[in-house]
Amino acid sequence: MQMQLAEKFKSYKHVWVFVEIERGKVHPVSWELMGEGRKLADDLGVDLCGVVLGPRDEGTKQAIKEAYHYGADVCYICEDPLLADYRNEPYTRAMTDLVNKYQPEILLLGATPLGRDLAGSVATTLQTGLTADSTELKIADDKSLAATRPTFGGTLLCTIHTLNHRPQMATVRPRVMAMPEPDTSRSGRMVWHSLRMKEDDIVTKVLEFVSDAQVEKANLAYADIVVAGGMGLQQPQNLALVQRLAAVLGAEWGVSRPLVQKGWAPAERQIGQTGNTIRPKLYIAAGISGAIQHRVGVEGADLIIAINTDPEAKIFEFAHLGVVADALTVLPALTDAFARRLSARAMAS
Amino acid sequence: LNIVVCIKQVPDSAQIRVHPVTNTIMRQGVPTIINPYDLFALEEAMRLRDDYGGTVTVLTMGPPMAEDALRRALGLGADKAVLITDRRFAGSDTLATSFALTSALTKLAEEAPIDIVFTGKQTIDGDTAQVGPGIARRMGLNQLTYVSAIDSLETEAATITVRRRSEGGVQVLQSKLPCLITMLEDTNHLRRGTLQDMLRAARAPLTVWSADDAGIEDPMKCGLRGSPTVVKRVFAPQPRAEKAEMVAVEGKTPAQIGDAILDVLFAKSPKLEADVSAKITA
Ligand SMILES: Cc1cc2nc3c(=O)[nH]c(=O)nc-3n(C[C@H](O)[C@H](O)[C@H](O)COP(=O)(O)OP(=O)(O)OC[C@H]3O[C@@H](n4cnc5c(N)ncnc54)[C@H](O)[C@@H]3O)c2cc1C
Ligand SMILES: Cc1cc2nc3c(=O)[nH]c(=O)nc-3n(C[C@H](O)[C@H](O)[C@H](O)COP(=O)(O)OP(=O)(O)OC[C@H]3O[C@@H](n4cnc5c(N)ncnc54)[C@H](O)[C@@H]3O)c2cc1C
Repeated sequence: MQMQLAEKFKSYKHVWVFVEIERGKVHPVSWELMGEGRKLADDLGVDLCGVVLGPRDEGTKQAIKEAYHYGADVCYICEDPLLADYRNEPYTRAMTDLVNKYQPEILLLGATPLGRDLAGSVATTLQTGLTADSTELKIADDKSLAATRPTFGGTLLCTIHTLNHRPQMATVRPRVMAMPEPDTSRSGRMVWHSLRMKEDDIVTKVLEFVSDAQVEKANLAYADIVVAGGMGLQQPQNLALVQRLAAVLGAEWGVSRPLVQKGWAPAERQIGQTGNTIRPKLYIAAGISGAIQHRVGVEGADLIIAINTDPEAKIFEFAHLGVVADALTVLPALTDAFARRLSARAMAS
Repeated sequence: LNIVVCIKQVPDSAQIRVHPVTNTIMRQGVPTIINPYDLFALEEAMRLRDDYGGTVTVLTMGPPMAEDALRRALGLGADKAVLITDRRFAGSDTLATSFALTSALTKLAEEAPIDIVFTGKQTIDGDTAQVGPGIARRMGLNQLTYVSAIDSLETEAATITVRRRSEGGVQVLQSKLPCLITMLEDTNHLRRGTLQDMLRAARAPLTVWSADDAGIEDPMKCGLRGSPTVVKRVFAPQPRAEKAEMVAVEGKTPAQIGDAILDVLFAKSPKLEADVSAKITA
């Protein structure tokens, strides 16, 4: 292992964030990364740059504009019809060409299906290090990137460095970092890049896109309020108590993993390490013990209320409010209380 | 079809314990399993073989005891098994892992060209999902990740059509063989091995290769030395300083409990009441 940074990498400078556009829309994780990237760039005294890849259309134009609002100083832009739908080949080409030409020291991507697909290819092509699913990014004393990630289901954390290669790459899951406030007065420099590929060069073709909108799909990750139930609900039909409270609050509902494994709820409702990471303003957990794999998915919540019959339950170690009582009683009581309080408020105003 | 499925032997993570004093992972006595995600890849590979003919080879990089995982896969119905094992592989990150696996795959391809390489979506220990894309890149294979279904396969034309999970929907992709597929979980049901397969698995000879056998010429690309990432520190998460504030419920009716919770909640976060009512009126 060579600990010294080779001479050729010493000129690598600036922090880059990949702006993930899928079907005309920027994935919010890109702006979460922009917020984090801003701090890193400020620590290093360098520029924060967005990488925007997409077709020449309104969506891409909007993404560029917003990249500055969320903190970018510079955008590297590659607009090409071949980038209309995500495909690994042209995206990897555009990204690696840009990196080789402009030499960033740090490159961050969202740990989404698209981001993970791309990051793995780009890191391998560049032969550099890639830390997956980081939960904390910091500049170390030696000015290198210290990326911390949970390991073994969150029982431990480890801090990973890429010492002898550049760029230092990391992915971060959606909702792990806070969403920054956009500043619409900001704008910045644009650097244009051309893809130099033909459709014939690309083996994989997109035949069709089947949108999830056709089926009812949870958007747990970005919900403001989430109500979830665990094995303490005891019977599948008691999940209705969770759903009813969620409905009154205009919230999303979710479950701990065993409920998915038992077939009580679909996988997209699972919260935790192998499900959704959530970051709501309010999280109500009923009959959930608070295992570490659950905890890592909910810790970003502003306020956590736990309802559990066991005063020693682990969930009380990280919840803000605790209620030691039967969830089957408290959930309907809470639903009523909210309904009463909120209708009283609506009448008063 | 000549198919290779990469499988990893992992600790059964439900049973991982951390030493309370030294903060290190205690692996002794922890049972190992085939990475559960890889079983979906294995099943899909065997289905293709059953439909189109050919062989399924399972490949793993790991310590000698990773043989157990390979024998299990043979018992489930895989045809051949290859273990690459060498002290020089120790400490591999994803870049070094994809290098070693690619060397073995290249060596295997000398016997018969490989049509499809399968991997799982990710592992339950390293959990990076980076090894599949790494292999695809190194071997120049068309990369199809997060595949939920294989719609069709034309062996003559060497085309494959798959469904790929992406943000907000599913991409239907057409690509060419050879390709690398990372299979999504819960996309098929793992068969039970036949008695015949199980008996064969116990005795079948495995191919065991060292780094040299796998044709690795540059040991600097293996293991710790070939790994650009360096784990600097391993530590336990900090417990939160304060415990939950408990809402008193003793002797209260359910309605009183509901009100008591809201009183404490809105006292703790006055903004929340406004936020919640705004959401409801909207
Ligand atoms: C690799 C791996 C990944 C995992 N990923 C996840 C994940 O993403 N998400 C996840 O949630 N889990 C995950 N788990 C599982 C996790 O370890 C726990 O097993 C799981 O979270 C427990 O779910 P639970 O709290 O609902 O059930 P239990 O642990 O059985 O807890 C039930 C709780 O309900 C309480 N209770 C009982 N009756 C009542 C009542 N009437 N009213 C109120 N409370 C009551 C009990 O006191 C207890 O605390 C994972 C595990 C592994 C090994
Ligand atoms: C706690 C922890 C954290 C780590 N973090 C990082 C990190 O951030 N960056 C990094 O580069 N490395 C990291 N590593 C190292 C990494 O786990 C190893 O390189 C490992 O050999 C493969 O990566 P993975 O387990 O993440 O596999 P993944 O990339 O998640 O695996 C995808 C698929 O590749 C195949 N596969 C993976 N490993 C093997 C194998 N040995 N043999 C056969 N097939 C295999 C399987 O089909 C698997 O489903 C970490 C390791 C640990 C234990």
